[in-house]
Amino acid sequence: MSNAAQNSSRASRWPYVVAIFGSAAVTLGLAALLLNIRERKKEGEQHYFSLSGIDENISDPEVWGRNFPRQYDGYLRTVDNERTQHGGSESLPPSKLDADPRLKRIFAGYAFSIDYREKRGHAFMLEDQEKTERIAKVKQPGACLHCHSSVLPLFRFAGNGDVMKGFENVCAMPYQQAHNMTGADGKKLITHPVACIDCHDPKTMQLRITRPGFILGIQSLANSTASLPHLTSIVQWRLDRDAKRPKAGDHYDVNTMATRQEMRSFVCGQCHVEYYFKGEGKLLTYPWHNGLTVDEIERYYDDLKYRDFVHRETNAPVLKAQHPEFEMWNQGVHARSGVACADCHMPYKREGAVKISDHQVRSPMLDMTRACLVCHRFSETEMRSRVDLIQGRTKQLSDRAEAALLELYDAVKAAKEAGATEEHLQDSYKLQRRAQWRIDFILSENSRGFHAPQETARVLGEAIDFARQGEIAAMKAKRK
Amino acid sequence: MRQLIPGGRSASIRAIGLLLCTVVGMTIGLGIFTFSYAEGGSYFSSDPKACVNCHIMRDAYDAWQKASHHTAAKCNDCHVPHDLVGKYAAKAENGFWHSKGFTLQDFEEPIRIKEKNAALVQQNCMTCHKEVVHDITHLGSAGDVTNHCIRCHGAVGHGPTR
Repeated sequence: MSNAAQNSSRASRWPYVVAIFGSAAVTLGLAALLLNIRERKKEGEQHYFSLSGIDENISDPEVWGRNFPRQYDGYLRTVDNERTQHGGSESLPPSKLDADPRLKRIFAGYAFSIDYREKRGHAFMLEDQEKTERIAKVKQPGACLHCHSSVLPLFRFAGNGDVMKGFENVCAMPYQQAHNMTGADGKKLITHPVACIDCHDPKTMQLRITRPGFILGIQSLANSTASLPHLTSIVQWRLDRDAKRPKAGDHYDVNTMATRQEMRSFVCGQCHVEYYFKGEGKLLTYPWHNGLTVDEIERYYDDLKYRDFVHRETNAPVLKAQHPEFEMWNQGVHARSGVACADCHMPYKREGAVKISDHQVRSPMLDMTRACLVCHRFSETEMRSRVDLIQGRTKQLSDRAEAALLELYDAVKAAKEAGATEEHLQDSYKLQRRAQWRIDFILSENSRGFHAPQETARVLGEAIDFARQGEIAAMKAKRK
Repeated sequence: MRQLIPGGRSASIRAIGLLLCTVVGMTIGLGIFTFSYAEGGSYFSSDPKACVNCHIMRDAYDAWQKASHHTAAKCNDCHVPHDLVGKYAAKAENGFWHSKGFTLQDFEEPIRIKEKNAALVQQNCMTCHKEVVHDITHLGSAGDVTNHCIRCHGAVGHGPTR
């Protein structure tokens, strides 16, 4: 065989080599694609395995989590500490008193002047309550456990099966006694922070209201004449009641009447609200008998001549706002448009093909893509700047309001030094109470005005006016 | 020389050729199987179910079934051109990018319509509703990119945005 022939036979092998490797590569790609398609198809199937039986007595979220691992993963991540510009969800979180020393004067004479911190995630709520100096240094009632723990087993035990009765009994107990109560089996009844069972029915997983405070509160709200166009089930119930239709029953029952979308806010409203402890029994009460706005709640407290504490610097009987997120949400455009708490704080997410609501409840600012952009088809930068604008404006107004309030204190003290009597200062006290209540309502609400920007500005505007009027009243008293 | 060694070199070439044909045939077979397993044929139809072969579209599909247009228009009526060539060209282009995104999982969520496809939807709105929109398109600003029909009528296709 000549060299040329050899070369030509080598050259003629190339198409074969190319064909072999080429078809191998194509086959490889096809097989990989096939498996990928299979994987995506598998994702599309939805499975539910019930691995552990759950019932009303199981408050441990880990047991529920065996059946609902995706939701439980999110719940566990509420221990994560990511901060937004304003608060957000560290050993103990930073002190609000250090960040804004004016608050020490505003809450002088009340436990909040000892210890007042930023909030943390759901997973920390029981621990943070056990550790706050407001509990350690001041005697508190069992009512506090209503929201900081998975409390149903305790209520049921303390009421011999009757949750409402147990609720009343526990409210009246000292905090430590209630916290340490043991059940029939000798085990402690308070073991977990708020968990699955507090919002979900263990049989159907439907959202449900478990907290007596909210059940009674929303009843009194339904009975009021407050305009609530966005709470459609209450509007409907009022129509049924006025037309004397039997389905109205004798009261608004949130668990049977509320719409599914309302429940996605109401479960949060079980705790993220304004409240007070009523009477000697320290019965936890939501003051919604006239409505949900700052003025309507104030009117309720005024009618009862209720005060949270006597202000140490001025001696005025004043109120302390708690965390009226639910009340403020009700005043905003999101509520009016039917957007629930869960839509932004627990936005839907996709895991494979499974659509779940994110159980890592947190600030929407930490997941704006899912929380905001699903409805607002703009860029994240644009949406963030809108929120910053609202919160920045709120901060500017609240700074002015706080400054005005402190100057009211100074004017009252000066009047007293000049010989003004308690009687002379009554007008000033009333105005301090109104100004202080409004400022506190906005400062202790955890959205920095975002939940209802215009309402926030209105409330702070009134607060500044009342504080300055109070200052003038004190100056007049000085001259008397 | 070939005749001197009967069945020698030419027979081995033939055997290798046969083997290669088998390999290529297997590849084609695997390809056909993959295509049918992926329900590739369904993409040539106008059946909305084809769009939910890919579970990303499930939200859009579910929402469409609840929205006003589900009795009047299917996916293709709004999302691809109505002429034959344009229709398959759009299907090919979007099909390629959708397949790539879904296979490699490298797309951004929430998924949003691209400008080109938004213009297509707008064109289809105006094709079906041409009698209604005639005055608006001639005298007003409808059809302008900043003023698409769905700017106000966003809920007709997939319900309220949420």
